[in-house]
Amino acid sequence: MHEMSIALSIVEAVEAKAREEGAERISGIDLVIGKLAGIEPESLKFCFSAAAKGTLSEEALLAIQEPEGVGACGECGKLFPVSFYYAECPDCRSLRITIVSGEEFVIQSITIEEQEGE
Amino acid sequence: MCDTCGCSADSGAVLRKPGNSDYHVHVSESGHGDHHHEGHHDHEHRDHHHEKKSRTIALELDVLQKNNLLAERNRGYFEARNIFVLNFLSSPGSGKTSLLEKIIPLLQQHTAVAVIEGDQQTTNDAERIQALGVPVIQINTGSGCHLDALMINSAVKELELQDNSLLCIENVGNLVCPALFDLGEALKVVIISVTEGDDKPLKYPTMFHEADLCILNKIDLLPYVAFDVRKCRENAMRVNHHLEWFELSAKTGEGVGAWQEWIENKLKLR
Repeated sequence: MHEMSIALSIVEAVEAKAREEGAERISGIDLVIGKLAGIEPESLKFCFSAAAKGTLSEEALLAIQEPEGVGACGECGKLFPVSFYYAECPDCRSLRITIVSGEEFVIQSITIEEQEGE
Repeated sequence: MCDTCGCSADSGAVLRKPGNSDYHVHVSESGHGDHHHEGHHDHEHRDHHHEKKSRTIALELDVLQKNNLLAERNRGYFEARNIFVLNFLSSPGSGKTSLLEKIIPLLQQHTAVAVIEGDQQTTNDAERIQALGVPVIQINTGSGCHLDALMINSAVKELELQDNSLLCIENVGNLVCPALFDLGEALKVVIISVTEGDDKPLKYPTMFHEADLCILNKIDLLPYVAFDVRKCRENAMRVNHHLEWFELSAKTGEGVGAWQEWIENKLKLR
């Protein structure tokens, strides 16, 4: 369950940014979690609600984008969608595949609420 | 509350030394022995009569950035002191500790070795390593399922590492979570044993994808188990075609020489 420690680090990171911006609370957090990032979005959401207790992001909604994995063939250079690390090139059947996308794990943005006129 | 020192830390990793039940350091960002107290956040009452203004702030922040930055700091420290660091990963019971018990006496003749042991509880593994006469520290992760860069950073401050030495980090037995956390090691070594399934690399691809070297352990048991070595190696290579591969038995010593040579070469080349 590494999702719990990850949820805590997300809470910590957005809390710091939100305080810097003078936020009263955080209403939304946009995450990008690639399908090959090794993170279960559902499990992360579950842990997040516990991790965010008593912080500015206690009521924040998590919006998670999950980009598909993309592999590049080391033999013929073809780019193709992959869902596992053990992909095979659909053209030349090579197994020398390098993952070029789908491993991203990024906090894209946060939506904060602040008092009008402050 | 922590049972040992009575502080209010109710979670988090603890450093321990075998044979010294009084030694006990909480891993925290503010240095050892300094317990990190989370401030109590009073829930602010929101005034719903006022208009709220909301805005979106771009962050573009890697979630693992904090761990990764600290891992790079560890790596820089190791490089500056010419310390070669291996991170050993496997499921529980694959023979990580036995392998260290076998290889350390062989390497020790030419190179100073130190060990960081990671387990949820007990100093059992650290005691086994200490019997070899090398510096060792145990990290008990408590509820944690993996070691992280901060734990290594704290543990290294408690270990008297020598320049030009080898540091072996035995991660928590777990083929999932530790794959995601860079510790600052030079290379990751994943261990599987023939009493496990030969499809393990396909079942836990992230770990095998991250590893630099795979060791198949307990080959002395091959006559008694239905384990296809060729198929297992093929599966591992499908996940990671850069993976180096060794087959050995930590118990009988078969194949250990080839791996010893590999480590000694790496130590020479750095």
